[in-house]
Amino acid sequence: MTFELSADHEEFRKVVREFAEAEIAPHAARWDREHHFPVDVVRAMGGLGLFGLTAPEAYGGAGGDLTSLCVAIEEIGRVDQSLGITLEAAVGLGINPILTYGTDEQKQRWLPDLVAGRALAAFGLTEPGSGSDAGATKTRATLDGDEWVIDGSKQFITNSGTEITSCVTITARTGTDARGKPEISTIIVPSGTPGFTVEPAYDKLGWHASDTHPLSFSGARVPADHLLGTRGQGFAQFLATLDEGRIAIAALAVGCIQAMLEASVSYANERTAFGVPIGNKQGVAFQIADLQVMVESARLLTYKAAAMRDAGKPRDAVKQAAARAKLHATENAVTATRIATQVHGGYGFMEEYPVARFYRDAKILEIGEGTSEVQRMLIARGLGLSVE
Amino acid sequence: MKIVVLVKHVPDAAADRTFHEADHTTDRVGVDGILSELDEYAVEEALKLAGSESGEVIALTMGPEGSADAIKRALQMGADSGVHVVDDALHGSDALATSHVLAEAIGKIGEVDLVLTGMASTDGGMSVVPAMLAERLGFAHIGFVGEMSVDGGTVRARRDSDVTETVEAATPAIVSVTDQINEPRYPSFKGIMAAKKKPVESWSLADLGVAAEQVGLDAAWSQVQSVTKRPERTQGEVVTDDGDGGIKLAEFLASRKFI
Ligand SMILES: Cc1cc2nc3c(=O)[nH]c(=O)nc-3n(C[C@H](O)[C@H](O)[C@H](O)COP(=O)(O)OP(=O)(O)OC[C@H]3O[C@@H](n4cnc5c(N)ncnc54)[C@H](O)[C@@H]3O)c2cc1C
Repeated sequence: MTFELSADHEEFRKVVREFAEAEIAPHAARWDREHHFPVDVVRAMGGLGLFGLTAPEAYGGAGGDLTSLCVAIEEIGRVDQSLGITLEAAVGLGINPILTYGTDEQKQRWLPDLVAGRALAAFGLTEPGSGSDAGATKTRATLDGDEWVIDGSKQFITNSGTEITSCVTITARTGTDARGKPEISTIIVPSGTPGFTVEPAYDKLGWHASDTHPLSFSGARVPADHLLGTRGQGFAQFLATLDEGRIAIAALAVGCIQAMLEASVSYANERTAFGVPIGNKQGVAFQIADLQVMVESARLLTYKAAAMRDAGKPRDAVKQAAARAKLHATENAVTATRIATQVHGGYGFMEEYPVARFYRDAKILEIGEGTSEVQRMLIARGLGLSVE
Repeated sequence: MKIVVLVKHVPDAAADRTFHEADHTTDRVGVDGILSELDEYAVEEALKLAGSESGEVIALTMGPEGSADAIKRALQMGADSGVHVVDDALHGSDALATSHVLAEAIGKIGEVDLVLTGMASTDGGMSVVPAMLAERLGFAHIGFVGEMSVDGGTVRARRDSDVTETVEAATPAIVSVTDQINEPRYPSFKGIMAAKKKPVESWSLADLGVAAEQVGLDAAWSQVQSVTKRPERTQGEVVTDDGDGGIKLAEFLASRKFI
């Protein structure tokens, strides 16, 4: 029994870190300030094979595992959470559903560009009236001859409006099932489809270099064969998609905690107060010791969940492990940014230090792809408690 | 087209460099090593040329055990195979001996069309090995190349030195490339996995028919007498602006002959 990643994964980590420190870290503060989505760097990440880690070789991927994707997200997230989420959403929400549920034709059409990082796909689940309660989708798709006609809106959709976004996979009501409940299906909508509008980007607290838009659909028509997977299976499909996504979000949180740990250790050695480095004071040093425990525990839960998924453990077990990892890692990420900012004193409130950016970026980790409350609900249900 | 890229494993310039107390040679064992950054440009160029001409790229290094990491990096980037010349007797070899051994290795690889190298190693920085090799092998040599192409048996290259000139040479040739020639790729995950299956041969001096007396510290034409650590950086001078800050700055720069 060992609690370490394989030598291959560690070797890969070194290369991603080298890339992240050379190509991303020096510019992250500026992209954040200018709300700039660095499309060239996204393409370079594609060159490194980051978008194709989990995809089969037939589509240009590496045929690798979720663990390697987590390593990449952790390392990118360690220097820039915005690009970390760009990668996470591109693979977890963009590529994954098409890879898992797509027909050969759909895969041939969309995956090669997505896997190479030449294009991005988004996943539109959340709506103005339904987030955690994603089954309450109001967006409708009606079959008219051999076309779906889509009406409705989506909100907070990552990677949906970049210059290289090729499509958005959305959930929509396609009818009512035998028991009178809404039938939900998933449909691929190509960017630029008439009637499909990407509204102006949001003004967000953090993740400034990540692309997030509201989407609106008014009589948008796509061919019937753009249905993804089985009609009526949309709900089950996105729940499964989210399990893997949560492990990847946990990895992004691990990168955040790691960054806070490193920044705090180095600042505590540098900064003097009362004639000694502040790290000589227990009040500071003990907080940093806590950061070390946070990053280790978050990392263990995250990579355990990823390893379970890679080993093909039963879906329910993976779901529980994913929920635990996401809950623990993201809540600790928020705490870690608070601690690191505190260690930096007034400078921690200044954008000149990366901790300020991480402080703003961390909060969303507890919300996106299932809030902390939703994770606790899943875990409680896993324990047999019939919590609603 | 068969291309050999010379790759050197050097101490990471970002870390502290140390020398052996006894013989003042660079400490290559107890330190973090990397593929000499300037050699990455040579690997990239070789991969590009091989890619367009369906060629073969062989990474060649001479150095102690750890140097295999330089080959590994080249294989991860996409080179097809590697050759590692490793022998205890090589310790302390100078550029002449190095070029001798590498020339023998290139001869043994055989039927090489092109040898690509970086313009210098980031540790020794002598930039003489490519020219020496060319002389020993009887290959054409083009140094400090910022752009190149190969067409049939002809290499066309832009040399960037005091003047810029475009020259042609017949293959086989040795070309040393500058950091202007391309943007080296990072190894991809696929590349890292694929590299593990690529063949790397390990050759000793005996394999190359080189006598131990011809190489190493004792055979070196120059000997390092002593090494001195670079002085620690000083604090610098703080100019307080009492209305004449600009003048003081200008005076400082003038005193150092910057302006
Ligand atoms: C920057 C950003 C990017 C995003 N990217 C995407 C994307 O790419 N695709 C996409 O589909 N969505 C995306 N989202 C949406 C995100 O997943 C939702 O915001 C999230 O799931 C929460 O939904 P909501 O905002 O509607 O909040 P609500 O569901 O309204 O929740 C409000 C509060 O009520 C709590 N709550 C709700 N239900 C329960 C319950 N049963 N028990 C206890 N507490 C409950 C929640 O935990 C929360 O605290 C993104 C959001 C942001 C901010």
